[in-house]
Amino acid sequence: MFELFSYGPLGWGDEILAGLWVTLRLAVTTLPVGLLIGFAVAGLSLSHNRGLRALGVGYTTLMRGLPEILTLFIVYNGVGLLLNRAMAMLSPEAAPVEFSPFAAGVVALALVFAAFAAEVLRGAFLAVPEGQIMAGRAIGMTPRQIFWRIKLPQLWRFALPGMGNLWLNLLKDTALVSVIALDDLMRATKVAVGVTKQPFTFYLVACLIYWLLCLVSELGLSRLEQRANRGVRRA
Amino acid sequence: MALIDTLAQNWPKLIDGVGTTLALTGLGALIAAMAAPPLALLRAQGSALAQAPLRIYISFIRGTPILAQLFLVFYGSGQFRVELQSLGLWGFFRDPFNCAVLVFAINSCAYQTEILRGGIQAVAPGEIEAGRAIGMSRLTVLRRIVFPHAYRIAWPALGNEIILLMKASALASVVTVFDLMGRTRQIFSRSFDFSIYFWAAVLYLAMTISFVLLWRLAERRLSRHMTGQTPQGVQ
Repeated sequence: MFELFSYGPLGWGDEILAGLWVTLRLAVTTLPVGLLIGFAVAGLSLSHNRGLRALGVGYTTLMRGLPEILTLFIVYNGVGLLLNRAMAMLSPEAAPVEFSPFAAGVVALALVFAAFAAEVLRGAFLAVPEGQIMAGRAIGMTPRQIFWRIKLPQLWRFALPGMGNLWLNLLKDTALVSVIALDDLMRATKVAVGVTKQPFTFYLVACLIYWLLCLVSELGLSRLEQRANRGVRRA
Repeated sequence: MALIDTLAQNWPKLIDGVGTTLALTGLGALIAAMAAPPLALLRAQGSALAQAPLRIYISFIRGTPILAQLFLVFYGSGQFRVELQSLGLWGFFRDPFNCAVLVFAINSCAYQTEILRGGIQAVAPGEIEAGRAIGMSRLTVLRRIVFPHAYRIAWPALGNEIILLMKASALASVVTVFDLMGRTRQIFSRSFDFSIYFWAAVLYLAMTISFVLLWRLAERRLSRHMTGQTPQGVQ
């Protein structure tokens, strides 16, 4: 039993750990990209311009309504097709380029993450009490100063619980990239299953690893929340 | 118009896929909805010892990717082929549609239980005391006060969960179920016609939006006693 998961040529421990490494890298790379797009979309949804606002709301509605796996295939196949068409136009005799599954995974997961993050951020911006903004205005702060000194510092505190959930969803959604042949934890498990013919054992181990990742994340998130709320008076 | 041509050629398959997606989602959500109320009650009012296995189940489901859960059941059952055959269950587990419904039901049940628990705990204590005061039995209090209130409170969150389940049902395509996603991938792999993804996206959005509208209608009916005009003489 244990030799199945040992290191080296006999066991699958090293392959599974390598897959776990890809999963973690994918999640950690996607997070900042998704946050950045999320901020931009939240900015659109909060804009005073009606057209921009419709754009922001349209984006979040669309991306939250589509299955993640459909988005992934659209990005993976669509961008691949576009790249090849562009390359063929530039230099017809060039070999077809391959859009890396890792990049496709990051782009697709970031697009989905951004739609949900934009909603969390929008809510967090609106959660800043009106009185504080009026106070800022009363002492003569410019809108920009109000943004940087009053709204943004509190955003973290209001957005953290929602962002925590999104991080857990992101960790789990990374499993989808195994479908486009990226060697993440899920795919490493699948390869091991193909050789050992012990699907239940290996998929159970994969599940337990994901579970552990989520439990550790939850622990870290509750620490962060405690820290973020350290200056808040409790009734 | 290439887009229209694609639809004209493929609509029977797409409609068939929509039917399968609806069947997967509907069956999964319905089975989960039947198991959720007693579990939610246990989760809200049971002793810590009785709750322990339920908490572990919910944490596991929430902490692992639904794709991994699907692989665990569909491929994992192969490891117990002999045992399942002697129980006469092998035929059930060999069919990917059955496995997908089973996984979606188990998955959704965990989320629905937690949502309904929130609803049960949000019922005003005074209402329950009032029921007891006029001599209702425990069961009658549950049937006529606790659950009607709990469902009304939990309704929007339950709707969100069913939409998430519909999106997740696209994963069944990975284990060769021909739902909308499966049909789309099949058509794309034969024709490399990228516009099929556009129609898949449109159909998924149409399903989501119609569901949201239906759910809101039902919500209005559930809370019809609260939204009406205030009777005269009552402030």
